[in-house]
Amino acid sequence: MIPITTNSAGLTRRAFAAGAGAAGLLAVTGTPFNSVRAQGGPLKVGVLLPRSGAQAGIGQDCQRGVELAPAILRELSLPELAIMNADTETNVEVARARAEKLINEGAQLLVGAFDSGQSTAIAQVAEQKGIPFVINIAAAPQITEQGYKFVFRNFPTAGMILSDAFANQKELFEATGVAPKSVVFMHVNDTFGTSMQQGINAVMPRFNMPYQIVEQIAYDPTARDLSVEVAKAKATGAQALLMVSRLNDAILITRELVKQRWSPMAVLSMGPGWYEDQYLKTLGKLSDGPISFVPWYDPHKRLSKQLDAALAKAYPGINMNTNHVFTFEALLVAADAYKRARSTDPKALADAIRTTNITDNVSIGPGIQFNDKGQNDKLKNAAIQNRGGKLLTIAPKEASNAKPELPMSAYDRRG
Amino acid sequence: MAAEIYLNVAVSGVLTGLVYGLMAVGLSVIFGVVRVVNFAHGEMMTIAMYLAIVLFNGFGLDPLAMVVPLAAVLFALGYAMQAGIINPFITRPEHSQFILLVAIALVIVNVLLIVFGPDAHNVQTAYSFDSFLVGPLIIDATKAYVGAATVAITAALFGFFRLAPLGKAIRACADNYIGALVVGLNVKRLYALTFGLGAACVGAAGSMLVLLVDVTPALGPALTLLAFIIVITGGLGSMPGAVLGGVLIGVTEAMAGLFFTPSAKSMFSFALLVLVLLFRPQGILGTRPS
Repeated sequence: MIPITTNSAGLTRRAFAAGAGAAGLLAVTGTPFNSVRAQGGPLKVGVLLPRSGAQAGIGQDCQRGVELAPAILRELSLPELAIMNADTETNVEVARARAEKLINEGAQLLVGAFDSGQSTAIAQVAEQKGIPFVINIAAAPQITEQGYKFVFRNFPTAGMILSDAFANQKELFEATGVAPKSVVFMHVNDTFGTSMQQGINAVMPRFNMPYQIVEQIAYDPTARDLSVEVAKAKATGAQALLMVSRLNDAILITRELVKQRWSPMAVLSMGPGWYEDQYLKTLGKLSDGPISFVPWYDPHKRLSKQLDAALAKAYPGINMNTNHVFTFEALLVAADAYKRARSTDPKALADAIRTTNITDNVSIGPGIQFNDKGQNDKLKNAAIQNRGGKLLTIAPKEASNAKPELPMSAYDRRG
Repeated sequence: MAAEIYLNVAVSGVLTGLVYGLMAVGLSVIFGVVRVVNFAHGEMMTIAMYLAIVLFNGFGLDPLAMVVPLAAVLFALGYAMQAGIINPFITRPEHSQFILLVAIALVIVNVLLIVFGPDAHNVQTAYSFDSFLVGPLIIDATKAYVGAATVAITAALFGFFRLAPLGKAIRACADNYIGALVVGLNVKRLYALTFGLGAACVGAAGSMLVLLVDVTPALGPALTLLAFIIVITGGLGSMPGAVLGGVLIGVTEAMAGLFFTPSAKSMFSFALLVLVLLFRPQGILGTRPS
């Protein structure tokens, strides 16, 4: 056969036809010129957490939720996730840089980052790059008020936490017949703390609480010594403490309460710190008593029991808490969206997350759904009290597994 | 607000400031004699703090009882660092010394991170939660013990430099390097001894500070910065200046937290530093370079 050549470069008509066909096929499917591909391999999920720095304890606690996820997701017949871990070093700028690095390394979805400041920075990167970002824990309301299309939060905003917290407090005061008349409000001076402080000032008047805030004390979350802050609070003669803390400062404040011989009637915490395992282990009997008003798990839900059992097996002696629950649920959202999107295309994933409707979940409330802003606005808080090294749910009544103890026992009478 | 709260906070500030002062004395001694600014000072202190934690957790040894042994360990470390690594840099430009010591600091932080992880570690002794009632005053027992130990160690150090022949020889090196060589002093050895003594101060301070604050590898740079604020305020190279600077910073931060907002108390220690630099650049007890 005589070859038919069409030009001097040696391209045959047959080769040209094959090439044109292939180009046409590529133009229709888009591959390999963009990243869309059919579901087959695991979804690459970049998990950003503060694994070092001032929030290291909490970041590593969140990591336990990550470690537990694969086996449970498999049992739920959800697709596999390839986890890419990154440390934000409890630093907003590092969080931003790590998010960019993860995306450059192929992360198709981001999860994180426990802290509002760090999550805000990651949200900006995710939106700019068009990669879905599922926030595990961060309460600053503004994150989901920016009109972002790729940012989703399965965690209540500061306003939601506070509204539930005040409602739960009133329920507890009514149940015990004990209520403080005055409180000192101490809070960390970071994005989360100031958001909560503004929220408390805005929300509290609506609830007609039995107490007055006699003093507000802001302090550095990385402070090494909080003796002055506690002395100042004690000097007001307030009956109770209203707290917005992190872990290390919660431990420091408790130590100072004991040293300065002040046992408030109640420690009412509206954030992390006081229920963490490290808090319980470090302080032993002195950790009993504080009540935390936090997004929590419903102990009666099936998946809560499954997650709790997995945690007990993997990490004996560790109590399940907010960090495990919401980090796990963020990955649950990712896997569920990937299953429905059947694609790693960021837009398809974001669209799938937007239509999430998970009712078999862990946290309190009807389940995981997102509103137009990417916020799950149906989540509910719980009141939990530390007692005997355990975390007992004492409100709301429908999710409780113990009765409240108020006032808390004095520090100098604990043997 | 009741009057006793001011007194309580002032006493707490003085006691905390004394420990800061001891840490800064080490930095001041090293600079005063060797003329090298130890940018790994805070990081060396975290080594002592972690050693104290290991000894406490492993053998139940109280950090207060470990002050002297840990000072000895850090002395050996400081001596070896000076003799082995820093000495060749003594005559080199200051920026070379700076980079060397910053590199050492980075290595220390990362080794601690690898060995101990990023979690905060602390020591809880039987007296961790004790306090003394002295009239209207409530004095933190741990801070009182630590403050007393600091006064004793600083007095011993002053005595050594004033009375001991070796201390006088070190001061001679600091006063006149050429003169010290001319009279036959082994300056290299004395420099290494001085660096060792500065590190021993850090070891003693670290052993005590671990009773007051939780330690993480990231604490090192913060302590280095604090030591610099203190010695610049008190006078770089002046031992009494370092102690005075420590107490001043401790009290300033405590009082600023009480009178203003606690979250801004570091701002006041920096404000004090700026004032000192503006009106007495050599530091409160420092001397102007001739």
